[in-house]
Amino acid sequence: MRFSRACALAAFLPACSFATIDGRYNFQTPQTLIAHDINNLHAWIMGVIAVIFVAVFGVMFYSIFKHRKSSGHSARHFHENTTVEILWTLIPALILVVMAWPAAKVVLAQKDTRDAEVTIKATGYQWFWGYDYLDYGFGYKSKLATPRDQIENYKDKGQAKGEHYLLEVTEPLVVPVGTKVRVLTTSNDVIHSWGMPAFGVKQDAIPGFIRDTWFKADRVGTFRGQCVELCGRDHGFMPIVISVVSKDDFKTWVDKKQKDAKAAADDPNKVWKLDEMIARGKTVYDANCAACHKADGAGGGPFPALAGSKIANGPIAGHLDIVLHGKGAMPSWQGLSDTEIAAVITYERHSFGNKMTDMLQPKDVKAARK
Amino acid sequence: MSTTANPTIDLGAGHHDHAHDHDHDHHTLTGWRRWVYATNHKDIGTLYLWFSFAMFITGGLMALGIRAELFTPGLQFWQPEFFNQLTTLHGVIMVFGAIMPAFTGLANWMLPLMLGAPDMAFARMNNWSFWLLPPAALLLIISLFVPGGAAAGGWTLYPPLSLQFGMGMDLAIFAIHLLGISSIMGSINIITTILNMRAPGMTLMKMPMFAWTALITNYLLVAVAPVLAGAVTMLLTDRHFGTHFFKAVGGGDPVLFQHIFWFFGHPEVYIMALPAFGVVSQIIPTFARKPLFGYHSMVYATASIAILSFMVWAHHMFSVGMPATAQLFFMFMTMLIAVPTGVKVFNWIATMWQGSMSFETPMLFAVGFVCLFTVGGFSGLVLSIAPVDTQMHDTYYVVAHFHYVLVAGALFSLFGAVYYWLPKWTGNMYSERAGKFHFWWSMVWFNVTFFPMHFLGLAGMPRRIPDYPLQFTDFNAIASVGAFCFGLGQLFFLYNVIHTIRGGVGKAPANPWDSPTLEWEVPSPAPHHTWETPPDEALVKKGLAAQALE
Repeated sequence: MRFSRACALAAFLPACSFATIDGRYNFQTPQTLIAHDINNLHAWIMGVIAVIFVAVFGVMFYSIFKHRKSSGHSARHFHENTTVEILWTLIPALILVVMAWPAAKVVLAQKDTRDAEVTIKATGYQWFWGYDYLDYGFGYKSKLATPRDQIENYKDKGQAKGEHYLLEVTEPLVVPVGTKVRVLTTSNDVIHSWGMPAFGVKQDAIPGFIRDTWFKADRVGTFRGQCVELCGRDHGFMPIVISVVSKDDFKTWVDKKQKDAKAAADDPNKVWKLDEMIARGKTVYDANCAACHKADGAGGGPFPALAGSKIANGPIAGHLDIVLHGKGAMPSWQGLSDTEIAAVITYERHSFGNKMTDMLQPKDVKAARK
Repeated sequence: MSTTANPTIDLGAGHHDHAHDHDHDHHTLTGWRRWVYATNHKDIGTLYLWFSFAMFITGGLMALGIRAELFTPGLQFWQPEFFNQLTTLHGVIMVFGAIMPAFTGLANWMLPLMLGAPDMAFARMNNWSFWLLPPAALLLIISLFVPGGAAAGGWTLYPPLSLQFGMGMDLAIFAIHLLGISSIMGSINIITTILNMRAPGMTLMKMPMFAWTALITNYLLVAVAPVLAGAVTMLLTDRHFGTHFFKAVGGGDPVLFQHIFWFFGHPEVYIMALPAFGVVSQIIPTFARKPLFGYHSMVYATASIAILSFMVWAHHMFSVGMPATAQLFFMFMTMLIAVPTGVKVFNWIATMWQGSMSFETPMLFAVGFVCLFTVGGFSGLVLSIAPVDTQMHDTYYVVAHFHYVLVAGALFSLFGAVYYWLPKWTGNMYSERAGKFHFWWSMVWFNVTFFPMHFLGLAGMPRRIPDYPLQFTDFNAIASVGAFCFGLGQLFFLYNVIHTIRGGVGKAPANPWDSPTLEWEVPSPAPHHTWETPPDEALVKKGLAAQALE
């Protein structure tokens, strides 16, 4: 590939000068072998294209300047030549072969997800990412950390934007350096796409299906990307941030996360009091439901209001059913724990002006799941 | 030579039971009836062209809405929901409302004239295929104002996202049904006309290239329009009738939609590109004063592109997670399309080579087309390399790529076609200075708008986002300025056309460009009825000889 890179650089000077400015005119600085391969492949192809470009347009513009009526050139009436037709079919075909060969090798490398040391499940939600460390038994959600005030400029209200505007999250994905990490992608609602430009990975997250990709980061650092498949209203606001740490730091971090997870786990047999259930439900609601139904339960657009809704003020079994199984635009929320579902339903029935008196316990949800 | 003075009246045809009032005036309805009851190919062609211009302006305003929001980071004008509706409707309206009807309009106006036919094969169906378009457009516009707003899933309408929207999505589905029915009927009409109504002596391999590209395009359309109709109908039943084609919860597969959509969608790309090739293949020989180089290989290249277009659809889905074999197959097939496309570009250049070129507005647009379409072709080649596509999929690089082939490709060829045939349509010459200004203005601002998007895409800016991280700011600002200037220039195009209709810079001769194809044998403006008797074989052969086809 060295020869091809030399060609590329020599032939495509503009690309060469752009390449020196990171992440603005060209790909982000590659951090994995695959990303390096992709950069080289791109440079090689741009080199070939530049040569063809100069040759083809050179001929065309020569003709445009020389073979003009205004400069007295009279037309010659040739109109067919089988030999040149065959040549300009075969030569491009051969050029394609030399492009396809290195590309095919990279495709095969990209698809080889065997022998990963760490496996992480990335789940797309409208509109944030969830990461589950399948080997270590914990997981968390990674949401946009940029404050809404920085985003909304309506009526000159926008605040100054921070350095990592729209590329900062509450908790990044943490991975060890120099380790093959396999990422399984799936989704809770619509298709999202999980990717990291510096790593040369991009994989759609498809509801109901698991797809996979992999990367092995070369060095420690923080890397930033975004969801790259239109997934609805806040598609532009669900970044992906990966923090690559040393293997030791990773181990320390995993230990801590495992302890936290144990401490935070709800006891599924606990019997909750109404007011603590409502308080718990509010946190679940704000994290999962408020994006559509709004924090005050007023809904909007295709998303119905919960304030005064027939379901939130009707039989509790029906309310539980729709949260568990979804309907229309409402997704199924089976991914929440029994406690979370019981809490959020209880909260909805006692808030937004809804004045129900009943409540759910985790065991009721457990029974309804069967 | 004019038709009304055609010395070969009714030889052998003998069907005229109203030969006495042969000046046709009595068939011509006036006022609104002329247009609503239109069965004349020229009237219907005119309707198509004006409709597509109206849609071009509508879709263009939406594009400006998008660019206004993206001028600076942060949300200024629109809520993200509405921004997504703008991108969706912009795409649907430009593809189905502007580009496709414009080419059908051109085919309507020009094919009978170029082939020596009196009209299209099915005159009444022709009326119906046009008049389905305005209701479809209306459904799309109305959808902006229904509860929940218009469809907001991008023009690709991927489920499960498209299952979430309100009734705006249903209106879009019905609009697509109507547009599809219109396209299928229009295609059947064009295919039948080309196959059955050519002048004596004009065999298939002697037709003008524009007719060839129209023939192949419309075969593609008949093949894939029903596929799209099926896909959106499945969306409709998933939305309302409890089916699970695309819902994993019921055993369906969201990716199935993408396969079906792109099985339509990729040929669709060529449905918008091939007629542009046809137009350019008419214009370049005329202004190079030299026959089209490699006519036969041009025909074969067009057919090869059409056939290959059915075997490359999944290159739109490289990030969906296909097996390596599928990834490789679609990568190789896609790269292969570069071969026949290259053949076309080489033949155009060989046509220019050693010609005696002059650069009136149609030629400028044709050369502009060749340059920028080639740039779009190169970026397409880059995107076809599956690993590189990993970085570029769903970024602004893709946006740049398809605007190079659809705006600088299809749209520029349409502008070229309008300036080329405007003298025939109106009987007046357009102002060359104004036309050239329109070209250079469009050329400059087009590139200012879309070239920076390549860099945005390389740097990783995703498509279809209403707000972006700060490192993308300067290129977005440049693109927005370019877009507004480009848009403004198109009002100047409207002015040019109206100015020409109202007299332009003088009367046009029958054959202002000294071109050998048959449409220039009728007077300018073309009378309401032309070629009521087929052109006689000697006339056809004279034209074919000048095109080096005889």
